[in-house]
Amino acid sequence: MATTAMPHSETAVPTAPAGLWSWVTTTDHKRIGILYGVTAFFFFLVGGLEALVIRLQLGAPGNTLVSAEFYNQLFTMHGTTMVFLAIMPLSAAFFNFIIPLQIGARDVAFPRLNAFSYWVFLLGGLFMNASFFVGPLLGSDALSVAPNGGWFGYANLTSTQYSPGPNIDFWVLGLQILGIASLAAGFNFITTIINLRAPGMKLMRMPVFTWMSFVTQFLIVTAFPVITIGLVFLMFDRVFGTNFYRVSAGGDVLLWQHLFWLFGHPEVYILILPAMGIVSEVLPTFSRKPLFGYAVVVYSGVLIGVVGWGVWAHHMFSTGLGPIADSVFSASTMLIAVPTGVKIFNWIATMWGGRITFAAPMLFAIGFISLFVIGGLSGVMHSSPPADLQQTDTYFVVAHFHYVLFGGAIFGLFAGMYYWWPKIFGHTLREGLGKLHFWLMFIGMNLTFFPMHFSGLLGMPRRIYTYGPELGVDTFNLISTVGALLTGVALLVFLANVIASRRGAAPGANPWNAPTLEWATDSPPPVYNFSVIPTVHAANPLWGKDRMDPAVLPATPPAPIHVPGGSIWPLCTALGIIIMAIGAVMHHHVALSLGTALFGAAVTVVGIYKWAFEPFEV
Amino acid sequence: MARALLRRFRAAPWGVGLVLLAPLVIAACSGDPYPQSTLHPTSDTGRAIDALYRQIFWWAVAVFVVVQTALIVTIIRFRNRPGAAEAKQIHGNTAVEIAWTLAPAAILVAIAIPTIKTIFQVAGDAPSGAVQIEVIGHQWWWEYRYPELGVVTANELHLPQGRPVALAISSADVIHSFWAPKLSGKRDAMPGRITRLVFTPDSVGTYLGQCAEFCGPSHANMRLRVMVDTPQAFDAWVAHQTAAPVAVDSAQAMILAGEAAFKKIRDPANHSCIVCHTMAGVSGGVAGPNLSHVGSRTTIASGLLPNDSAGVARWLRDPVAEKPGSLMPKIDLTDDEIAALVAYLQSRN
Repeated sequence: MATTAMPHSETAVPTAPAGLWSWVTTTDHKRIGILYGVTAFFFFLVGGLEALVIRLQLGAPGNTLVSAEFYNQLFTMHGTTMVFLAIMPLSAAFFNFIIPLQIGARDVAFPRLNAFSYWVFLLGGLFMNASFFVGPLLGSDALSVAPNGGWFGYANLTSTQYSPGPNIDFWVLGLQILGIASLAAGFNFITTIINLRAPGMKLMRMPVFTWMSFVTQFLIVTAFPVITIGLVFLMFDRVFGTNFYRVSAGGDVLLWQHLFWLFGHPEVYILILPAMGIVSEVLPTFSRKPLFGYAVVVYSGVLIGVVGWGVWAHHMFSTGLGPIADSVFSASTMLIAVPTGVKIFNWIATMWGGRITFAAPMLFAIGFISLFVIGGLSGVMHSSPPADLQQTDTYFVVAHFHYVLFGGAIFGLFAGMYYWWPKIFGHTLREGLGKLHFWLMFIGMNLTFFPMHFSGLLGMPRRIYTYGPELGVDTFNLISTVGALLTGVALLVFLANVIASRRGAAPGANPWNAPTLEWATDSPPPVYNFSVIPTVHAANPLWGKDRMDPAVLPATPPAPIHVPGGSIWPLCTALGIIIMAIGAVMHHHVALSLGTALFGAAVTVVGIYKWAFEPFEV
Repeated sequence: MARALLRRFRAAPWGVGLVLLAPLVIAACSGDPYPQSTLHPTSDTGRAIDALYRQIFWWAVAVFVVVQTALIVTIIRFRNRPGAAEAKQIHGNTAVEIAWTLAPAAILVAIAIPTIKTIFQVAGDAPSGAVQIEVIGHQWWWEYRYPELGVVTANELHLPQGRPVALAISSADVIHSFWAPKLSGKRDAMPGRITRLVFTPDSVGTYLGQCAEFCGPSHANMRLRVMVDTPQAFDAWVAHQTAAPVAVDSAQAMILAGEAAFKKIRDPANHSCIVCHTMAGVSGGVAGPNLSHVGSRTTIASGLLPNDSAGVARWLRDPVAEKPGSLMPKIDLTDDEIAALVAYLQSRN
């Protein structure tokens, strides 16, 4: 260790500021990552609670725990929350924290835009969930004005004629707001990954998590504009009386379905690709072997992202698009199973011949493969339109996408949490509790979702708040409910683990002896990430004969480092957007609505102005 | 500890595999414990879909077994053991990777061929002589019109055994989806569009179905029944539905009082039966189900309640409690009025 530091190093080494204000104004990608993670996990618990109430209601036929109306709000908010407020931002937490470290950067390309994305996401999520409580303020009952048209919000049920209340307004505005957050983050990460890679980090040396995230960002910036158009049409229909979806005026209800699913299917890959990336990091580390067929895994991910654009109408087979369209979309959907299957084989081949240790991250990654295969196979079943005519909108489909999104995305994200926890927080989660968490969740999840294949094939439709005993699906539903409760217990174990582990010993830079660049710096990393930007010579910089010598990263930076300063203006800009939305939700009171919206616009303009002319801090 | 864990891991996916076979076991059962099952088809279309599904199902089982076995064998065989050698640093193998790209592609082709055949088979035009039926979804009930036969009815669809039927499906309000799983896959009912289903029912019986597209508060309560009758019974049913309404039995004071209650104009107007319902010879409302022969149905309220005195009385007392969001409001009816209306409606067969 060099004790004769150069004169400037004492003062020039940036340190993380402390205190609440430093978090509110932070532009550090690591802190924003933590904020994303904590917020998304909170929403994940909210969505999980909604799921538990849904399961309790369906535990027995003819149950009356909740009303039909409240049930519809619950399943709408469960889906919307899990997609937009839980899985996407949990992935974003890893994009934020991990990508700059994996590519050897000091931060993202636009740190303040990054903060802005987070604040818009947080406020948008709170805005949408506030709908559960603000009924009395809008002259309605509590628990009566939350969105209730399904996460897919099919026209024309969402028109003012059939949904006159503010429920759908919260949904339309909330999703538009969340879209802003996702788009800003998407452009930010594309720029970051293209421009800020360390010397020698060629594209085909990038870690697979960064690669899959890269593909995801392209899907985000291309798919979100499509749903935004659909939502703007809907908002105009509802607020200004246009006729995009009004059949009596020549509008078309299928227009919405095309726009929604043109977004909605790429969205599925937005949800799963980051988890696939995480699993592709965890498996090699705990098999002590590099990823099998790195290039093929990367190309498969890219191919999934591209073909994912050509399959949307498989959500619409029951609308009767005609045999030609059905055949084409069926074939494209089956095509996408090929790169997906290739990835699975590559993951298994990665473990083949390895020295596998079953640490908690590895258990979740293996669980991911096993469960994702089941969801993939049922997916192939309803890629066949005639079979889909029986399966779509039944519990069979509910089983399918929960195997993909819970067994897949959520298990992958938990693998990531256990894996990167020591890097992010400077202590490792407890292994015993981690294993208990895994097994409870693995069993609970199968108990919940496997019986749904049967209830669906036996004729139980989705989105029903009640069903009769004559269908013969009572037992399957009861098992699903028990499984959901067990899954809830598993999550309590995880929370207990988080609390129990918080004073754990410092893990060192690379506790798992992993191969990628984020493990070359301290845990948690210093505010500037790397004392010097390392030069990369291989896809696995910390493994193999060319592995990096740790000494290239001195303990203190040899030269002054610029890190972005804090800024309050991203939050201010985000607040203005929410105020505009609050104004728009009150569109029945024209003056109040317009006044609030204009005030919000002013706040946003001030925020952007101050942001643009903020002095450049070091 | 590690060994116990492995054993459990080995057991779990296999248990899942066994459960996967359960639908076939269920399918083998006779009787009708599952009146809305997709696995017990009773029409040509239903059977074609079912045969295709079974074919795909076995491919899925095969892939499931191969992949999960490979996964389990790998994690057991290559688990870290004390003294194990360093893992060989293999980066890939082109031949193997080409093989496992082609294998799933081949299986998918094997699935795609019968799929596309079946798509065109079930999408075929209705043969001449098919029974033409218009199916119209309403929040939250089904209207059926047989334009060639002059029949208009609700919720309970009657079909003749062995004759092709052609359904022209649409909606009066939001999107619904007509689904009677034993007879056919579902088809969306959309405002401003007409979609079609063609099938030939092959077994006499009563089959359950329900709306399969979320359509508002009472989506769960939008159920339906399909009665497949022998050709003779179907003809008799048509004759009965198209016959002039039975005369009101003036000897029965209850029925007379019921007719009066039915005709009564109430305030607000939509609390009057005749504003929304058609009753042959009495009224022509179209917002609610045609009640001309309501007494001949087995259920009311889109299959929610039995069509008996207790069921009808319960419905009349508070429709919104039975079917949340129901367009038929809770009407201030006295117990006497309800009893009279029950007698009247039951006499309208």
